[in-house]
Formats: sequence, structure tokens, C-alpha cells
Amino acid sequence: MAATASRTATPINSTAPLSHRSIEQRYLIAVIGNPNTGKTTLFNALTGLSQHTGNYPGVTVESALGELVIDGDHFLAVDLPGTYSLAPRAPDEMLAVSVLVGYGKDIPAPDAVLCVLDATNLDRNLYLLTQVIETGRPVVVALTMMDLAQKQGMYIDIAALQQRLGVPVMSVHAARRVGLSALQQALHQTIQSHVPPTPLVQLPDTFAHEVDTVEVALASGQRQLPRFLIERLLIDAGGSIEQELTRQFGESIIATIRAARGRLGTTNPSLPQIETQARYQWITETMSAVVRQHLTTSFTWADRLDEIVTHKFWGLLIFLLAMAFTFQSIFSWATPIMDLIEGTFSLLGAKVRPLFPDGPLQSLLVDGVIGGVGAVITFVPQIAILFGLIAILEDSGYMARAAFLMDRIMASFGLSGRSFIPLLSSFACAVPGIMSTRSIDNHRDRIATILIAPLMSCSARLPVYVLFISAFIPNQTIWGVVGLQGLTLFVMYSLGLIVAPPVALLLKRTMLRGEAVPFLLELPPFKIPAWQVVLFRMYDRSLAFLRRAGTIILATTILVWALSYYPTQTTTTVAFRARHATAAPEEQARLATAEAGERLRGSYLGQAGHAIEPFVRPLGWDWKIGMATLASFPAREVIIAALGTIYNLGNKQNEESVELRSAMQAERRPDGRLVYTPLVALSVMVFFALCCQCGATLATIKRETGSWGYAAFTFVYMTSLAYLGALLVYQMGSRIIG
Amino acid sequence: MKTLADLVPSQEGRIHFITGVDGLTQRLFEMGFTPGQSVQVVRFAPLGDPMQIRIRGFNIALRRNEARRVVLDPA
Repeated sequence: MAATASRTATPINSTAPLSHRSIEQRYLIAVIGNPNTGKTTLFNALTGLSQHTGNYPGVTVESALGELVIDGDHFLAVDLPGTYSLAPRAPDEMLAVSVLVGYGKDIPAPDAVLCVLDATNLDRNLYLLTQVIETGRPVVVALTMMDLAQKQGMYIDIAALQQRLGVPVMSVHAARRVGLSALQQALHQTIQSHVPPTPLVQLPDTFAHEVDTVEVALASGQRQLPRFLIERLLIDAGGSIEQELTRQFGESIIATIRAARGRLGTTNPSLPQIETQARYQWITETMSAVVRQHLTTSFTWADRLDEIVTHKFWGLLIFLLAMAFTFQSIFSWATPIMDLIEGTFSLLGAKVRPLFPDGPLQSLLVDGVIGGVGAVITFVPQIAILFGLIAILEDSGYMARAAFLMDRIMASFGLSGRSFIPLLSSFACAVPGIMSTRSIDNHRDRIATILIAPLMSCSARLPVYVLFISAFIPNQTIWGVVGLQGLTLFVMYSLGLIVAPPVALLLKRTMLRGEAVPFLLELPPFKIPAWQVVLFRMYDRSLAFLRRAGTIILATTILVWALSYYPTQTTTTVAFRARHATAAPEEQARLATAEAGERLRGSYLGQAGHAIEPFVRPLGWDWKIGMATLASFPAREVIIAALGTIYNLGNKQNEESVELRSAMQAERRPDGRLVYTPLVALSVMVFFALCCQCGATLATIKRETGSWGYAAFTFVYMTSLAYLGALLVYQMGSRIIG
Repeated sequence: MKTLADLVPSQEGRIHFITGVDGLTQRLFEMGFTPGQSVQVVRFAPLGDPMQIRIRGFNIALRRNEARRVVLDPA
């Protein structure tokens, strides 16, 4: 392959840079490597806490940016997604390639590339390096896991390797901070001298000739592409670059490419095969020159462990225990901390309330802002705990085994084993569940998982079920053994699980249809997880949630507060002021809750409740239930406080409240019939099992997918499902009961 | 044609070629599934699929219908 073009100045063509800091003046180092090479650990060791993660504009791929200082010079480092090659077939791989060749939006071409190679998998890792060198960027190699390679009886001659590669090779142990300063010096020198490396692998001359032809054809149409991209475009039929350029330049470019491919006339062996064989031939020569392998057939403890955790009986048992542990930790261990946070914020609200006169400002601060911030922060314990556990599972190598065990089940509805843990976590809360879909490498599988995750019955639905079941489902046993109340709870919990697989299948066949992405899952050797990795992940994920989703959740809470506070109801205020003045002291509290109820019923939200009554009547609901459902848009469990206020009991009601239960049991329609029958209760519960009344979930979907489109889609499809479900229950139920 | 999916655990084979010209073929080539390379089946997952393969000193899981595309040298 001909030497790639010399460094081209890449303009920063957008006003919205990747980082808020000005990156124009800084040298950029891109860090790339195979998955499981310890790349991120090395990145963290180099940049420390200076880094922050950000989504690349327009794509859902997130990558970390960090700063490092070498001899007083400041450098910016970007951690590119782990990849096995530079033949992109997924958004994250496309991103890595775009950044490397200076084709990325809002980010200049890197001044140096740090390529991380795992010494224990040197041949496969060298494959990526041969491609990285062809991008023409100055390269430095960091060799990780040398200690492990030695244990496996492998001796690597680093000096000889460096000579063959023509770029600096540094052995590092990031967690022990060994070799870091030498690596930094090498990066510094490489950036200063700025010598593009020489390509290592030769492809046939006819190939280089066709690359020239395409380059000329493009230039005649005033289009310029980095030469490396044209090479990839020729080889990777149907890959991401082809799709991206078709989108940008239209079909004509593909015709040019097809003609060039046709002239090369290589269908057997195909172009990809010619490329990979040429590279692996060079790799085989290099390996025999620089690696001495003392054959060891020893059966290591890691192999033994692998045998146990994938065993038909023990493997599944360990898996179930690990999942039960994960679930339990977010479901119940986070609860005391969450209760503490909620308690603190309601205490804070109570302290702040008397500091301001009655009126909109007081209500905005206490009910809107303090309540909203509290609602955001209560998610943090769950997120931190789940991501701590996920970091342990991933860094130890167990996560890949879990995906290996569960793949068969998940494949039956179009997903892969990697979707299992995000969906299980969503039973506790969809917010951390959706955030954990990052480990799903296939983009369409990840989106499908995100879209069905909120169907899993999360802990916020439980209070709703408890209230309605205890108030309206008779405490009887059927067939002598099964409690009716318990059975109802079980059905509600199962509902999402029954609905999710067909939804996933449907999504994968319609909206998310595309070329089947192969399930190739590397099973890395087991190792003890590094605590730095675990702690950093807990910190980083919690911060990311607070920064991005947090603001949206707060905004939703304030919006719903405003809708329930306004318009100003002067007549109510005047009337209640008069009643307050004459009422006995012991009557004041009851009067205050009555006033709150009157105000809420008269608010915009109350008006909306009346407006939607025709739509909720077929579900067996009255306007008050409709209104309470609207009020619970920020979070499902808010329906309980909303019902409490509507029935003049104040907003301090919870699902166990006898007072609220009896008020609901006594509530009558204008014609004298009871509002709530067991059937209406079922209808409400089915609605809440399937709906997406959760501002936090929608905010997280927006953040994770980078678009409001998926959040809106989730809300619409789940609300439709919920409506249909409730309608079916109520209408069928009333016909059966008569 | 004997394929990778036909091997039993701890049995080894040598890659002859890979059928198809799509992304899977290319990805397998890139990961070192090159003609002449030896591969070993380590185990099948408890539910029968996917399967764990050892190649070039690392372990990788792939599904049976993907492994079927890896044609082995006749023994």
C-alpha cells in the first residue's frame, strides 16, 4: 500500500467543539487498541481525574477526553472505542477511524496515536497496528500485560520489535504505574519530531493503482478524502465508510467504487481476504523474529475457573447467584441511602418553607426545585452501586461469560447475551439499566435494549401496585393455596416481561432492521479487578448522570409543578382565607389540605384531567384518576401523593396509608356508583405496568441515544401499549362480570 | 464439508476457507481465522449455543450458525 498522504491541516468546522476547553491550541493524542487490552486503565493512569466523558456530536458513541502534562507541555488525549481493526462496520468503529484520519467532526487530526497492544495476544493486536500506521499519523506503541505473557512462557524482544515496527515500543503496567514516564517521554518526542511511520505491509500494486484512480475521480468532482479512507472504501464492501459517503455524496460515488472493485477482479480470494492474509503473513514473520515461545501446556487457575463458571450446573448456579446479588444490591441496599436522601430533602424543604412568604416563590423553591433536586440525587446510590458491580464483573472477565451463558435465550428474541444485565438491572430501575447498555457493542441491539428496558417492572411501580392491590383486590385465596393479592402482584411484575420479547423482535424487524452483526465475543482471561477502575467507573457514571439527565429531570419536575400550581386562583384563596380565620385551631390542618385539593383540582393539570376524561372513560377511570396520572409524568410513584392531594388528604400519603385507602374506597361518581372497583384498580395497574410515566427514564434515553426521537418514541409506544392494555382489561372485564 | 460447528469439545481442526463475503467473513479474517490456522473447540454453552473457540492463544465465543461458515481441512 502506498504511503498515505502527509499530514493535512484539518479545519475545525463547527462552532460546537467536543470539549468546552479550546482544543485548537493543544496537541492531540488519540489512544486506540483492541478491547480488553487495558487501554482504558492506561488512559486513566495517564490523564487522572482531568478527564471527562462526552458524546461525539451526532453519534451515540461516548469517549473520554483527558489532559496530560509532559515536561510542562499540555496535551489533550482522546480514548477511542476499542476495536479489532480499522475496517469500520459499526458507529463506534467508524468514529475511531474518522478521528484517526482527521475526518472527524469538531476534532482535529491527532498529532500522535498511542496504540495499546496486549502482549499475550500480540499477533491479533499487531493486525490493528499495521492499519494504524497506514493512516500516516506518528505512532507510539504501549505494550501491556508483559508480566502475564512471561508467565505464559512468552519472551518478547522489545528492541527487535521496535526495530521491525519503526515506532517506539514501551512496556507499561498502568495499574502499578510502571513505565508511564518513559511512555510520556516517547509521546513527547514523537509529537515534536513528527515523522510519519512507514507502512509495514504491501498490498498488490494494482490495488494502489485503483486507489489512485478513485482519488482522481473524486477530485474531479471537487471531493477530497484521506487516502486511507479510499483504501478502506475499496476493500470494505457494505461497510460504514461506504454508507457514510453514500449519504454525503449520493450513489454516484458507489458506482465509481464498484467499477474499481470490478477492475481488480478479485472475488476469490476476495479483497478482504487478500488484505488480511498479507497482514497476517507479515505478522507471522514478525512474531517468529521477536517472540520466543516456551511451549507451556499448563492448565492455569484461570482455565479451571472458566470451566466452573461455564459448567452446565455450577455455571448456571453461579450466574443466578451473581445476578441475584446484583439485583438485590440495587433493589434493597440502595434503599436506605435513597431514603436518607429523600428524608434530607424533605427536611430541607420544611426548613426553607418558613423562610419565604406563602406564594409562588416559596412553592417553586420547596416543591419544584428542592423536590426536583432530591428526585435527581435519589438515583445516584443505585447508579453508583450498579456500575461498581458492573465494573467488577467486566474487569474480572466474568461479564463476557455471563453473555456467553445467556446468549441462547436472548437470541430467541433478536438480541444477544450482552442485553441480559441491562434488562435485569431495569427491574430495579430503568435509569441505571439503560446507562449500562454501553457494554452492548452492536448499535441496533443496544437501541432495542434501551427501548424495551422501561417495560421491566421497576421499583417505582411497586408502591402503585401495593396501594391498589391492598385497597381493591380481595384478600382471598383461590384454589385453596394461591393468594389473590399475591397473584395480582405477580401478574403485574410479569406483564412487562411478557410484552418485551415481541416488542424487541418487532423493533429488530422494522425500525432497527439491518445486516445481521455477528456475535463475536472475546472471552478474556480472568483477572483480579483493579480497584481504581471500579471506583473511577462509579464516580464517572454518577457524575455523567447528574450532569446530563439530572438537568432534564429537574426541568420536568419544575414544569409539572408549574402546571399544578397555576393559574392563580384568587377566589379559592379568598374563600379559604375567610374559613381559616373562623376555623378552630384543630381544624386548620384539615382546612389546609382541603385548600390544596381545591387548588390542584382547579390548576392547569386539573383542567387537563377534565379535558382527557373522554379518553380515559373507556378505561373505567374518572377525571381525577386521569389527572393523577398526568401529574405522575415525572415519576410513577408520584400518583400516590397526587391522589392524596386530590382527595384532600395532603401530599404526605404513602402506599400503606389507611386514610388514603379508605378515601379511595369511599369515592363515588356523580351518579352515586363507586369510582374504584377491582376492575378499575386492575386497569390502573396495567396502565402503570406498561406506561413510561418516568421523566428520568426519558431523560436518560435522550442522553444515551443522543436524540429526543428515541425518548419520544418510547413514551408514545409505551403509553399506547398501556392504554390498550388497560382498555382491554376494563372492557373485557366488564363484559365478563356483566 | 466439515465445519467448525461439527467439532466436539477439545477437538482441533485447520481452517480451509470461510464461506460468504460479508462483514462476518471479514471480521473472522481480521481476528486471525486465516486459511491454514488451527482452531480448537473448548466447549459449548450450557444451552447448546454459542460455542467457545480457542485460536491463536485467545478464547472467543461465536454462534453455531457463524461457526458453520468456517470450513475445515478434511481430516
